[in-house]
Amino acid sequence: MSDSHLQSPFDVEAVRRDFPILQKLLPKGLSVTYLDSGSSAQKPQCVIDKEAEVYENYYANAYRGVYRFGALVDEQLEGTREKVRQLVGAKQTDEVIFTSGSTMSLNVVAFGWGRRHLQPGDEILLNEMEHHANFVPWQQAAEQTGAVCRFIPLTDDGRLDLSRLDEVLTTKTKLLAVTGMSNVLGTINPVKELAARAHAVGAIIVVDGAQSVPHMTTDVVEDDIDFLAFSAHKLYGPSGVGVLYGKHELLDATDPLLFGGHMIDRVYRDHSTWAAPPAKFEAGTGQIAQAIALGAAIDYVSNIGFEAMHEHDRRLAEYAHQRLNELPDMRIYGPHLEHKGAIVSFTIDGAHPEDLAQLLDRRGVFVRHGHHCTMPLHDLLGVSATVRASFGVYSSLADVDALFDALQFALGRLRLA
Amino acid sequence: MADDLTIDELYEEFEDLGDWDERCDYLIDLGFNLPQLPDEAKIDPNMVHGCQSNVWLVAEMKPTEPPTLEFIANSDAIIVNGLIAVLTALFSHQTPERILMIEPQEVFARLGLERHLSPQRRNGLYSMVDRVRQLAVEAATNSS
Ligand SMILES: Cc1ncc(COP(=O)(O)O)c(C=O)c1O
Repeated sequence: MSDSHLQSPFDVEAVRRDFPILQKLLPKGLSVTYLDSGSSAQKPQCVIDKEAEVYENYYANAYRGVYRFGALVDEQLEGTREKVRQLVGAKQTDEVIFTSGSTMSLNVVAFGWGRRHLQPGDEILLNEMEHHANFVPWQQAAEQTGAVCRFIPLTDDGRLDLSRLDEVLTTKTKLLAVTGMSNVLGTINPVKELAARAHAVGAIIVVDGAQSVPHMTTDVVEDDIDFLAFSAHKLYGPSGVGVLYGKHELLDATDPLLFGGHMIDRVYRDHSTWAAPPAKFEAGTGQIAQAIALGAAIDYVSNIGFEAMHEHDRRLAEYAHQRLNELPDMRIYGPHLEHKGAIVSFTIDGAHPEDLAQLLDRRGVFVRHGHHCTMPLHDLLGVSATVRASFGVYSSLADVDALFDALQFALGRLRLA
Repeated sequence: MADDLTIDELYEEFEDLGDWDERCDYLIDLGFNLPQLPDEAKIDPNMVHGCQSNVWLVAEMKPTEPPTLEFIANSDAIIVNGLIAVLTALFSHQTPERILMIEPQEVFARLGLERHLSPQRRNGLYSMVDRVRQLAVEAATNSS
Protein backbone atom coordinates (compact mmCIF):
# COMPACT_ATOMS: atom_id res chain seq x y z
CA MET A 1 0.00 0.00 0.00
CA SER A 2 2.69 2.49 0.89
CA ASP A 3 6.31 3.13 1.60
CA SER A 4 7.71 2.28 4.98
CA HIS A 5 8.82 5.87 5.59
CA LEU A 6 5.13 6.69 5.82
CA GLN A 7 4.47 4.29 8.67
CA SER A 8 3.38 6.00 11.87
CA PRO A 9 5.88 6.21 14.74
CA PHE A 10 3.31 4.50 16.97
CA ASP A 11 0.96 1.57 16.62
CA VAL A 12 -2.08 3.17 14.99
CA GLU A 13 -4.05 -0.07 15.04
CA ALA A 14 -3.67 -0.22 18.81
CA VAL A 15 -4.77 3.40 19.08
CA ARG A 16 -7.80 2.69 16.91
CA ARG A 17 -8.86 -0.07 19.29
CA ASP A 18 -9.10 2.56 22.05
CA PHE A 19 -11.88 4.32 20.15
CA PRO A 20 -15.10 2.29 20.34
CA ILE A 21 -16.87 4.33 17.66
CA LEU A 22 -14.27 3.29 15.09
CA GLN A 23 -15.16 -0.36 15.65
CA LYS A 24 -18.78 0.20 14.65
CA LEU A 25 -19.92 -1.03 11.29
CA LEU A 26 -22.31 0.91 9.11
CA PRO A 27 -25.14 -0.83 7.20
CA LYS A 28 -23.82 -3.20 4.50
CA GLY A 29 -20.79 -3.89 6.67
CA LEU A 30 -19.05 -0.65 5.74
CA SER A 31 -16.44 0.50 8.17
CA VAL A 32 -16.19 4.08 9.37
CA THR A 33 -13.56 6.30 7.81
CA TYR A 34 -13.69 9.35 10.02
CA LEU A 35 -11.91 12.26 8.39
CA ASP A 36 -13.47 15.14 10.27
CA SER A 37 -11.31 15.27 13.38
CA GLY A 38 -10.63 18.94 12.67
CA SER A 39 -14.30 19.57 13.39
CA SER A 40 -14.40 17.35 16.40
CA ALA A 41 -12.30 14.36 17.38
CA GLN A 42 -13.63 10.98 18.49
CA LYS A 43 -13.22 9.90 22.11
CA PRO A 44 -11.11 7.07 23.48
CA GLN A 45 -12.70 4.69 25.95
CA CYS A 46 -10.73 6.21 28.85
CA VAL A 47 -12.39 9.60 28.30
CA ILE A 48 -15.84 8.05 28.03
CA ASP A 49 -15.14 6.04 31.19
CA LYS A 50 -13.85 9.04 33.09
CA GLU A 51 -17.01 11.02 32.49
CA ALA A 52 -19.12 8.07 33.57
CA GLU A 53 -16.87 7.54 36.61
CA VAL A 54 -17.76 11.01 37.86
CA TYR A 55 -21.49 10.52 37.47
CA GLU A 56 -21.44 7.01 38.89
CA ASN A 57 -19.19 7.59 41.86
CA TYR A 58 -18.78 11.12 43.17
CA TYR A 59 -20.75 13.69 41.18
CA ALA A 60 -21.57 16.95 42.94
CA ASN A 61 -21.32 20.63 42.11
CA ALA A 62 -17.84 22.06 42.09
CA TYR A 63 -16.37 24.56 44.52
CA ARG A 64 -19.48 24.48 46.69
CA GLY A 65 -19.49 21.66 49.25
CA VAL A 66 -17.07 20.44 51.89
CA TYR A 67 -18.76 17.06 51.87
CA ARG A 68 -16.83 14.15 50.38
CA PHE A 69 -18.25 14.18 46.84
CA GLY A 70 -17.80 17.92 46.54
CA ALA A 71 -14.24 17.67 47.74
CA LEU A 72 -13.50 14.84 45.30
CA VAL A 73 -14.93 16.79 42.37
CA ASP A 74 -12.84 19.83 43.31
CA GLU A 75 -9.76 17.70 43.57
CA GLN A 76 -10.39 16.11 40.17
CA LEU A 77 -11.09 19.45 38.53
CA GLU A 78 -7.95 20.96 39.94
CA GLY A 79 -6.13 17.84 38.77
CA THR A 80 -7.30 18.61 35.22
CA ARG A 81 -6.30 22.24 35.60
CA GLU A 82 -2.80 21.09 36.52
CA LYS A 83 -2.74 18.76 33.48
CA VAL A 84 -3.73 21.65 31.24
CA ARG A 85 -1.00 23.77 32.81
CA GLN A 86 1.54 21.11 31.92
CA LEU A 87 0.04 20.61 28.46
CA VAL A 88 0.49 24.26 27.47
CA GLY A 89 3.58 24.87 29.57
CA ALA A 90 2.04 27.58 31.76
CA LYS A 91 3.76 28.74 34.93
CA GLN A 92 0.75 28.69 37.23
CA THR A 93 -2.54 26.82 37.36
CA ASP A 94 -4.45 30.05 38.02
CA GLU A 95 -3.61 31.08 34.48
CA VAL A 96 -5.82 28.22 33.22
CA ILE A 97 -9.51 29.04 32.87
CA PHE A 98 -12.20 26.56 31.95
CA THR A 99 -14.62 27.87 29.34
CA SER A 100 -17.15 26.27 27.04
CA GLY A 101 -14.72 26.13 24.11
CA SER A 102 -12.35 28.11 21.91
CA THR A 103 -15.17 30.39 20.81
CA MET A 104 -15.96 31.46 24.34
CA SER A 105 -12.28 31.78 25.24
CA LEU A 106 -11.69 34.15 22.32
CA ASN A 107 -14.80 36.13 23.17
CA VAL A 108 -13.54 36.58 26.74
CA VAL A 109 -10.36 38.13 25.36
CA ALA A 110 -12.10 40.21 22.69
CA PHE A 111 -14.55 41.72 25.11
CA GLY A 112 -12.96 41.30 28.55
CA TRP A 113 -9.56 42.57 27.44
CA GLY A 114 -10.45 44.31 24.18
CA ARG A 115 -13.26 46.52 25.41
CA ARG A 116 -11.17 47.60 28.38
CA HIS A 117 -7.95 48.38 26.54
CA LEU A 118 -8.76 49.24 22.92
CA GLN A 119 -9.14 52.91 22.01
CA PRO A 120 -10.37 54.58 18.83
CA GLY A 121 -7.64 54.32 16.20
CA ASP A 122 -5.92 51.34 17.85
CA GLU A 123 -5.33 48.46 15.51
CA ILE A 124 -6.17 44.77 15.79
CA LEU A 125 -4.05 42.66 13.48
CA LEU A 126 -5.82 39.67 11.94
CA ASN A 127 -5.44 37.70 8.73
CA GLU A 128 -7.82 36.07 6.32
CA MET A 129 -7.13 32.46 7.27
CA GLU A 130 -8.71 32.87 10.71
CA HIS A 131 -11.74 30.85 11.77
CA HIS A 132 -14.80 33.04 12.33
CA ALA A 133 -14.31 32.42 16.08
CA ASN A 134 -11.05 34.38 15.89
CA PHE A 135 -12.41 36.92 13.45
CA VAL A 136 -15.96 37.99 14.19
CA PRO A 137 -15.34 38.78 17.91
CA TRP A 138 -12.55 41.14 16.82
CA GLN A 139 -14.76 42.82 14.25
CA GLN A 140 -17.28 43.34 17.03
CA ALA A 141 -14.71 44.56 19.53
CA ALA A 142 -13.43 46.98 16.90
CA GLU A 143 -16.92 48.25 16.23
CA GLN A 144 -17.55 48.82 19.92
CA THR A 145 -14.24 50.51 20.70
CA GLY A 146 -13.44 52.40 17.52
CA ALA A 147 -10.40 50.22 16.92
CA VAL A 148 -9.60 49.11 13.38
CA CYS A 149 -8.93 45.60 12.06
CA ARG A 150 -5.97 45.16 9.75
CA PHE A 151 -4.76 42.05 7.99
CA ILE A 152 -1.43 40.36 7.51
CA PRO A 153 -1.25 39.58 3.77
CA LEU A 154 -1.21 35.90 2.84
CA THR A 155 1.16 34.39 0.33
CA ASP A 156 -0.28 32.66 -2.72
CA ASP A 157 0.24 29.30 -1.06
CA GLY A 158 -1.68 30.30 2.07
CA ARG A 159 0.96 31.34 4.58
CA LEU A 160 1.31 34.59 6.44
CA ASP A 161 3.54 36.85 4.36
CA LEU A 162 6.01 37.82 7.04
CA SER A 163 8.04 39.83 4.54
CA ARG A 164 5.17 42.29 4.63
CA LEU A 165 4.49 42.16 8.34
CA ASP A 166 6.05 45.59 8.95
CA GLU A 167 3.44 47.16 6.69
CA VAL A 168 0.69 46.21 9.09
CA LEU A 169 2.35 45.63 12.46
CA THR A 170 3.09 49.07 13.85
CA THR A 171 3.02 50.93 17.13
CA LYS A 172 -0.71 51.39 16.51
CA THR A 173 -1.17 47.62 16.78
CA LYS A 174 -2.48 46.70 20.21
CA LEU A 175 -3.23 43.07 19.56
CA LEU A 176 -2.33 40.36 17.08
CA ALA A 177 -4.77 37.46 16.85
CA VAL A 178 -3.59 34.41 14.95
CA THR A 179 -4.37 30.75 14.63
CA GLY A 180 -1.70 28.21 15.54
CA MET A 181 -2.88 26.08 12.63
CA SER A 182 -5.37 26.93 9.90
CA ASN A 183 -8.44 24.72 10.05
CA VAL A 184 -8.67 24.77 6.24
CA LEU A 185 -5.20 25.17 4.78
CA GLY A 186 -3.45 23.30 7.57
CA THR A 187 -0.88 26.10 7.63
CA ILE A 188 1.20 26.07 10.81
CA ASN A 189 1.96 29.64 11.78
CA PRO A 190 5.25 30.77 13.35
CA VAL A 191 3.70 31.76 16.65
CA LYS A 192 6.95 32.35 18.50
CA GLU A 193 8.25 34.74 15.89
CA LEU A 194 4.90 36.53 15.69
CA ALA A 195 4.85 36.91 19.47
CA ALA A 196 8.30 38.46 19.47
CA ARG A 197 7.38 40.82 16.64
CA ALA A 198 4.11 41.81 18.34
CA HIS A 199 5.79 42.43 21.67
CA ALA A 200 8.44 44.55 19.98
CA VAL A 201 5.74 47.09 19.08
CA GLY A 202 3.97 46.79 22.43
CA ALA A 203 1.10 44.58 21.21
CA ILE A 204 -0.17 41.40 22.80
CA ILE A 205 -0.62 38.12 20.94
CA VAL A 206 -3.74 35.96 21.11
CA VAL A 207 -3.33 32.46 19.74
CA ASP A 208 -6.27 30.37 18.59
CA GLY A 209 -4.97 26.93 19.45
CA ALA A 210 -8.14 25.03 18.49
CA GLN A 211 -6.28 23.13 15.76
CA SER A 212 -2.68 23.40 16.92
CA VAL A 213 -2.98 22.33 20.56
CA PRO A 214 -4.30 18.83 19.69
CA HIS A 215 -1.53 18.25 17.15
CA MET A 216 1.66 19.93 18.29
CA THR A 217 3.68 20.67 21.39
CA THR A 218 2.48 23.92 22.90
CA ASP A 219 4.64 26.04 25.18
CA VAL A 220 3.18 29.39 26.15
CA VAL A 221 6.29 30.42 28.07
CA GLU A 222 8.79 29.41 25.41
CA ASP A 223 6.69 31.09 22.70
CA ASP A 224 5.74 34.01 24.98
CA ILE A 225 2.03 33.72 24.19
CA ASP A 226 -0.25 36.16 26.02
CA PHE A 227 -3.58 34.42 25.52
CA LEU A 228 -4.25 30.94 24.15
CA ALA A 229 -7.63 29.36 23.41
CA PHE A 230 -8.48 25.74 22.67
CA SER A 231 -11.35 23.25 22.82
CA ALA A 232 -11.36 19.90 24.60
CA HIS A 233 -13.51 18.25 21.95
CA LYS A 234 -10.83 18.52 19.29
CA LEU A 235 -8.33 17.02 21.73
CA TYR A 236 -10.24 13.73 22.08
CA GLY A 237 -12.00 15.15 25.14
CA PRO A 238 -15.65 15.94 25.84
CA SER A 239 -17.62 18.62 24.03
CA GLY A 240 -18.68 21.76 25.86
CA VAL A 241 -15.34 22.42 27.54
CA GLY A 242 -12.54 24.67 26.49
CA VAL A 243 -9.61 26.48 27.94
CA LEU A 244 -8.41 30.03 28.03
CA TYR A 245 -4.82 30.47 29.08
CA GLY A 246 -3.80 34.00 29.93
CA LYS A 247 -0.70 35.47 31.48
CA HIS A 248 -1.43 36.24 35.10
CA GLU A 249 -0.99 39.99 34.82
CA LEU A 250 -3.15 40.11 31.69
CA LEU A 251 -5.95 38.15 33.32
CA ASP A 252 -5.88 40.67 36.15
CA ALA A 253 -6.36 43.40 33.56
CA THR A 254 -9.23 41.54 31.84
CA ASP A 255 -12.88 42.01 32.75
CA PRO A 256 -15.10 38.97 33.18
CA LEU A 257 -17.66 38.29 30.47
CA LEU A 258 -20.17 36.45 32.63
CA PHE A 259 -21.31 37.56 36.07
CA GLY A 260 -22.94 35.50 38.80
CA GLY A 261 -22.05 32.81 41.26
CA HIS A 262 -18.51 31.72 42.11
CA MET A 263 -16.84 34.58 40.22
CA ILE A 264 -17.26 37.14 42.99
CA ASP A 265 -15.18 38.09 45.96
CA ARG A 266 -17.85 40.09 47.78
CA VAL A 267 -21.32 41.17 46.75
CA TYR A 268 -22.85 44.23 48.36
CA ARG A 269 -26.29 45.67 47.78
CA ASP A 270 -24.92 48.21 45.32
CA HIS A 271 -21.76 46.72 43.86
CA SER A 272 -19.55 43.65 43.77
CA THR A 273 -15.89 42.77 43.60
CA TRP A 274 -14.39 39.88 41.70
CA ALA A 275 -12.57 36.80 42.82
CA ALA A 276 -9.04 36.26 41.56
CA PRO A 277 -8.54 34.30 38.31
CA PRO A 278 -9.45 31.63 37.39
CA ALA A 279 -12.69 31.91 39.42
CA LYS A 280 -13.28 35.45 38.10
CA PHE A 281 -13.88 33.94 34.65
CA GLU A 282 -15.78 30.84 35.74
CA ALA A 283 -19.21 32.16 36.69
CA GLY A 284 -21.98 29.66 37.30
CA THR A 285 -21.88 25.90 37.22
CA GLY A 286 -19.47 24.76 34.56
CA GLN A 287 -19.09 21.48 32.70
CA ILE A 288 -18.00 19.42 35.66
CA ALA A 289 -17.72 15.82 34.49
CA GLN A 290 -16.62 16.99 31.05
CA ALA A 291 -13.84 19.17 32.40
CA ILE A 292 -12.66 16.31 34.61
CA ALA A 293 -12.66 13.97 31.61
CA LEU A 294 -10.52 16.48 29.70
CA GLY A 295 -7.82 15.42 32.12
CA ALA A 296 -8.14 11.84 30.89
CA ALA A 297 -7.85 13.05 27.29
CA ILE A 298 -4.68 14.96 28.11
CA ASP A 299 -3.22 11.86 29.77
CA TYR A 300 -4.13 9.87 26.70
CA VAL A 301 -2.42 12.12 24.16
CA SER A 302 0.54 12.84 26.41
CA ASN A 303 1.12 9.15 26.66
CA ILE A 304 1.36 8.85 22.88
CA GLY A 305 3.45 12.00 22.79
CA PHE A 306 3.11 15.19 20.77
CA GLU A 307 6.32 14.63 18.84
CA ALA A 308 5.04 11.26 17.71
CA MET A 309 1.59 12.63 16.87
CA HIS A 310 3.10 15.46 14.87
CA GLU A 311 5.24 13.00 12.93
CA HIS A 312 2.19 10.78 12.39
CA ASP A 313 0.29 13.82 11.03
CA ARG A 314 3.16 14.71 8.72
CA ARG A 315 3.16 11.26 7.19
CA LEU A 316 -0.60 11.18 6.79
CA ALA A 317 -0.57 14.58 5.08
CA GLU A 318 2.22 13.47 2.76
CA TYR A 319 0.38 10.30 1.81
CA ALA A 320 -2.91 12.17 1.37
CA HIS A 321 -1.28 14.69 -0.96
CA GLN A 322 0.34 11.88 -2.90
CA ARG A 323 -2.86 9.93 -3.37
CA LEU A 324 -5.21 12.82 -3.98
CA ASN A 325 -2.91 14.24 -6.61
CA GLU A 326 -3.43 11.03 -8.58
CA LEU A 327 -6.98 12.24 -9.26
CA PRO A 328 -7.65 14.45 -12.28
CA ASP A 329 -8.45 18.13 -11.77
CA MET A 330 -7.62 17.90 -8.08
CA ARG A 331 -6.81 21.19 -6.41
CA ILE A 332 -5.37 21.08 -2.90
CA TYR A 333 -5.31 24.37 -1.04
CA GLY A 334 -2.57 25.52 1.29
CA PRO A 335 1.18 25.43 1.55
CA HIS A 336 3.79 22.80 0.93
CA LEU A 337 3.80 19.86 3.34
CA GLU A 338 6.67 21.22 5.42
CA HIS A 339 4.48 24.15 6.51
CA LYS A 340 1.28 22.29 7.29
CA GLY A 341 -0.41 19.84 9.59
CA ALA A 342 -2.77 16.98 8.84
CA ILE A 343 -5.55 18.91 7.16
CA VAL A 344 -6.17 18.62 3.45
CA SER A 345 -8.79 20.84 1.81
CA PHE A 346 -9.48 20.43 -1.85
CA THR A 347 -11.82 20.88 -4.75
CA ILE A 348 -12.16 18.86 -7.93
CA ASP A 349 -13.10 20.82 -11.04
CA GLY A 350 -16.67 20.11 -12.03
CA ALA A 351 -17.63 18.42 -8.76
CA HIS A 352 -19.57 20.37 -6.17
CA PRO A 353 -18.16 19.85 -2.66
CA GLU A 354 -21.63 19.09 -1.36
CA ASP A 355 -22.09 16.29 -3.89
CA LEU A 356 -18.65 14.91 -3.08
CA ALA A 357 -19.30 14.90 0.66
CA GLN A 358 -22.65 13.21 0.21
CA LEU A 359 -21.27 10.57 -2.13
CA LEU A 360 -18.29 9.91 0.14
CA ASP A 361 -20.73 9.31 2.97
CA ARG A 362 -22.20 6.46 0.95
CA ARG A 363 -18.79 4.79 1.19
CA GLY A 364 -18.56 5.45 4.91
CA VAL A 365 -16.04 8.24 4.40
CA PHE A 366 -16.95 11.21 6.56
CA VAL A 367 -15.57 14.56 5.46
CA ARG A 368 -16.73 18.10 5.88
CA HIS A 369 -17.61 20.42 3.03
CA GLY A 370 -18.46 24.09 2.91
CA HIS A 371 -16.61 27.19 4.05
CA HIS A 372 -15.52 25.65 7.38
CA CYS A 373 -16.26 28.93 9.21
CA THR A 374 -13.70 30.76 7.10
CA MET A 375 -15.67 32.81 4.61
CA PRO A 376 -13.00 35.49 4.16
CA LEU A 377 -10.47 32.76 3.33
CA HIS A 378 -12.80 31.17 0.79
CA ASP A 379 -13.38 34.60 -0.77
CA LEU A 380 -9.63 34.85 -1.12
CA LEU A 381 -9.38 31.35 -2.59
CA GLY A 382 -12.15 32.25 -5.00
CA VAL A 383 -14.33 29.26 -4.17
CA SER A 384 -17.49 29.18 -2.07
CA ALA A 385 -16.77 25.76 -0.64
CA THR A 386 -14.09 23.12 -0.29
CA VAL A 387 -14.00 19.52 0.87
CA ARG A 388 -11.83 18.96 3.93
CA ALA A 389 -10.24 15.77 5.16
CA SER A 390 -8.72 16.27 8.60
CA PHE A 391 -6.85 13.61 10.49
CA GLY A 392 -6.42 12.52 14.08
CA VAL A 393 -4.29 10.22 16.14
CA TYR A 394 -6.36 7.21 15.00
CA SER A 395 -6.21 8.09 11.30
CA SER A 396 -4.35 5.59 9.18
CA LEU A 397 -2.90 5.33 5.70
CA ALA A 398 -5.80 2.97 5.00
CA ASP A 399 -8.16 5.88 5.72
CA VAL A 400 -6.40 7.84 2.99
CA ASP A 401 -6.84 4.91 0.62
CA ALA A 402 -10.52 4.73 1.55
CA LEU A 403 -10.84 8.44 0.79
CA PHE A 404 -9.18 7.94 -2.57
CA ASP A 405 -11.41 5.00 -3.48
CA ALA A 406 -14.53 6.84 -2.37
CA LEU A 407 -13.54 9.89 -4.42
CA GLN A 408 -13.13 7.69 -7.47
CA PHE A 409 -16.57 6.28 -6.82
CA ALA A 410 -17.99 9.79 -6.41
CA LEU A 411 -16.36 11.05 -9.61
CA GLY A 412 -17.86 8.09 -11.46
CA ARG A 413 -21.31 8.95 -10.17
CA LEU A 414 -20.81 12.57 -11.13
CA ARG A 415 -19.79 11.41 -14.62
CA LEU A 416 -16.35 12.92 -14.22
CA ALA A 417 -14.42 9.67 -14.50
CA MET B 1 -37.25 13.08 -19.12
CA ALA B 2 -37.31 15.38 -16.12
CA ASP B 3 -39.09 17.92 -18.27
CA ASP B 4 -42.55 16.46 -18.08
CA LEU B 5 -42.11 14.08 -15.22
CA THR B 6 -45.16 13.96 -12.99
CA ILE B 7 -45.19 13.32 -9.29
CA ASP B 8 -47.12 10.08 -9.87
CA GLU B 9 -44.40 8.84 -12.17
CA LEU B 10 -41.90 9.69 -9.48
CA TYR B 11 -43.86 7.70 -6.90
CA GLU B 12 -43.75 4.73 -9.23
CA GLU B 13 -40.06 5.10 -9.92
CA PHE B 14 -39.15 5.45 -6.28
CA GLU B 15 -41.30 2.46 -5.35
CA ASP B 16 -39.04 0.25 -7.44
CA LEU B 17 -35.90 1.69 -5.90
CA GLY B 18 -34.28 0.02 -2.94
CA ASP B 19 -32.14 1.72 -0.38
CA TRP B 20 -30.77 5.23 -0.18
CA ASP B 21 -27.91 4.40 -2.54
CA GLU B 22 -30.36 3.65 -5.32
CA ARG B 23 -32.51 6.65 -4.53
CA CYS B 24 -29.46 8.86 -4.51
CA ASP B 25 -28.30 7.50 -7.87
CA TYR B 26 -31.74 8.15 -9.28
CA LEU B 27 -31.67 11.73 -7.95
CA ILE B 28 -28.34 12.16 -9.69
CA ASP B 29 -29.88 10.95 -12.96
CA LEU B 30 -32.75 13.36 -12.49
CA GLY B 31 -30.24 16.09 -11.74
CA PHE B 32 -28.34 15.49 -14.95
CA ASN B 33 -31.56 15.66 -16.94
CA LEU B 34 -32.88 18.81 -15.33
CA PRO B 35 -33.73 21.54 -17.85
CA GLN B 36 -31.07 24.24 -17.70
CA LEU B 37 -31.74 27.80 -16.68
CA PRO B 38 -30.11 30.25 -19.05
CA ASP B 39 -27.11 31.99 -17.49
CA GLU B 40 -28.97 35.34 -17.62
CA ALA B 41 -31.42 33.92 -15.10
CA LYS B 42 -28.68 32.97 -12.65
CA ILE B 43 -28.74 36.33 -10.96
CA ASP B 44 -29.03 37.42 -7.38
CA PRO B 45 -32.76 38.23 -7.32
CA ASN B 46 -33.46 34.64 -8.40
CA MET B 47 -31.24 33.11 -5.77
CA VAL B 48 -32.79 31.00 -3.04
CA HIS B 49 -31.04 31.73 0.22
CA GLY B 50 -30.70 29.09 2.89
CA CYS B 51 -29.23 26.45 0.61
CA GLN B 52 -25.62 25.36 0.98
CA SER B 53 -25.16 25.29 -2.76
CA ASN B 54 -26.25 28.07 -5.10
CA VAL B 55 -29.85 27.67 -6.21
CA TRP B 56 -31.65 29.92 -8.68
CA LEU B 57 -35.38 29.59 -9.17
CA VAL B 58 -37.75 31.30 -11.57
CA ALA B 59 -41.46 30.90 -12.30
CA GLU B 60 -43.24 31.42 -15.57
CA MET B 61 -46.98 31.87 -15.99
CA LYS B 62 -48.32 29.64 -18.77
CA PRO B 63 -51.37 30.79 -20.79
CA THR B 64 -53.34 27.63 -20.07
CA GLU B 65 -56.95 27.84 -18.97
CA PRO B 66 -56.85 28.46 -16.08
CA PRO B 67 -53.28 29.86 -16.12
CA THR B 68 -50.66 27.63 -14.52
CA LEU B 69 -47.15 28.16 -13.22
CA GLU B 70 -44.03 26.46 -14.40
CA PHE B 71 -40.95 26.46 -12.21
CA ILE B 72 -37.41 26.18 -13.48
CA ALA B 73 -34.56 25.96 -11.03
CA ASN B 74 -30.91 24.99 -11.08
CA SER B 75 -28.25 24.38 -8.53
CA ASP B 76 -24.53 23.95 -8.99
CA ALA B 77 -24.75 20.71 -6.98
CA ILE B 78 -26.07 17.72 -8.85
CA ILE B 79 -27.93 15.95 -6.04
CA VAL B 80 -29.71 19.21 -5.30
CA ASN B 81 -30.68 19.33 -8.98
CA GLY B 82 -32.25 15.92 -8.46
CA LEU B 83 -34.26 17.27 -5.56
CA ILE B 84 -35.23 20.25 -7.70
CA ALA B 85 -36.55 17.82 -10.31
CA VAL B 86 -38.78 16.33 -7.62
CA LEU B 87 -39.92 19.79 -6.51
CA THR B 88 -40.74 20.96 -10.01
CA ALA B 89 -42.63 17.72 -10.73
CA LEU B 90 -44.61 18.42 -7.61
CA PHE B 91 -45.35 22.10 -8.14
CA SER B 92 -45.15 22.84 -11.87
CA HIS B 93 -48.11 23.03 -14.26
CA GLN B 94 -50.62 23.85 -11.54
CA THR B 95 -52.60 26.92 -10.69
CA PRO B 96 -51.19 29.15 -7.95
CA GLU B 97 -54.15 28.24 -5.75
CA ARG B 98 -53.42 24.50 -6.08
CA ILE B 99 -49.72 25.09 -5.47
CA LEU B 100 -50.44 26.75 -2.16
CA MET B 101 -52.42 23.69 -1.02
CA ILE B 102 -49.63 21.17 -1.65
CA GLU B 103 -48.03 19.63 1.44
CA PRO B 104 -44.53 18.72 0.30
CA GLN B 105 -43.54 17.08 3.58
CA GLU B 106 -45.82 14.11 2.95
CA VAL B 107 -44.47 13.79 -0.56
CA PHE B 108 -40.85 13.74 0.53
CA ALA B 109 -41.71 11.20 3.20
CA ARG B 110 -43.51 9.01 0.68
CA LEU B 111 -40.51 9.18 -1.66
CA GLY B 112 -38.32 8.09 1.23
CA LEU B 113 -36.24 11.25 0.98
CA GLU B 114 -37.11 12.98 4.23
CA ARG B 115 -35.08 10.57 6.32
CA HIS B 116 -31.97 10.93 4.22
CA LEU B 117 -31.77 14.64 4.15
CA SER B 118 -29.60 16.25 6.79
CA PRO B 119 -31.32 19.09 8.67
CA GLN B 120 -29.15 21.54 6.71
CA ARG B 121 -30.24 20.10 3.41
CA ARG B 122 -33.83 19.88 4.59
CA ASN B 123 -33.69 23.58 5.43
CA GLY B 124 -32.39 24.23 1.93
CA LEU B 125 -35.22 22.22 0.43
CA TYR B 126 -37.82 24.09 2.44
CA SER B 127 -36.21 27.39 1.47
CA MET B 128 -36.97 26.37 -2.11
CA VAL B 129 -40.52 25.42 -1.16
CA ASP B 130 -40.93 28.81 0.51
CA ARG B 131 -39.77 30.55 -2.64
CA VAL B 132 -42.16 28.47 -4.76
CA ARG B 133 -45.02 29.47 -2.50
CA GLN B 134 -43.99 33.09 -2.50
CA LEU B 135 -43.95 33.10 -6.30
CA ALA B 136 -47.35 31.41 -6.33
CA VAL B 137 -48.77 34.06 -4.01
CA GLU B 138 -47.35 36.80 -6.24
CA ALA B 139 -48.83 35.14 -9.33
CA ALA B 140 -52.21 34.78 -7.64
CA THR B 141 -52.25 38.44 -6.60
CA ASN B 142 -51.16 39.64 -10.03
CA SER B 143 -53.86 37.68 -11.84
CA SER B 144 -56.73 38.69 -9.57
C1 LIG C 1 -9.12 27.24 14.14
C2 LIG C 1 -10.39 27.15 14.93
N1 LIG C 1 -10.70 28.10 15.81
C3 LIG C 1 -11.81 28.06 16.56
C4 LIG C 1 -12.70 27.03 16.45
C5 LIG C 1 -13.93 27.04 17.30
O1 LIG C 1 -13.94 26.01 18.22
P1 LIG C 1 -15.22 25.71 19.10
O2 LIG C 1 -16.35 25.52 18.14
O3 LIG C 1 -14.86 24.47 19.83
O4 LIG C 1 -15.45 26.88 20.00
C6 LIG C 1 -12.43 26.01 15.55
C7 LIG C 1 -13.39 24.88 15.40
O5 LIG C 1 -13.80 24.51 14.35
C8 LIG C 1 -11.25 26.06 14.78
O6 LIG C 1 -10.97 25.11 13.88
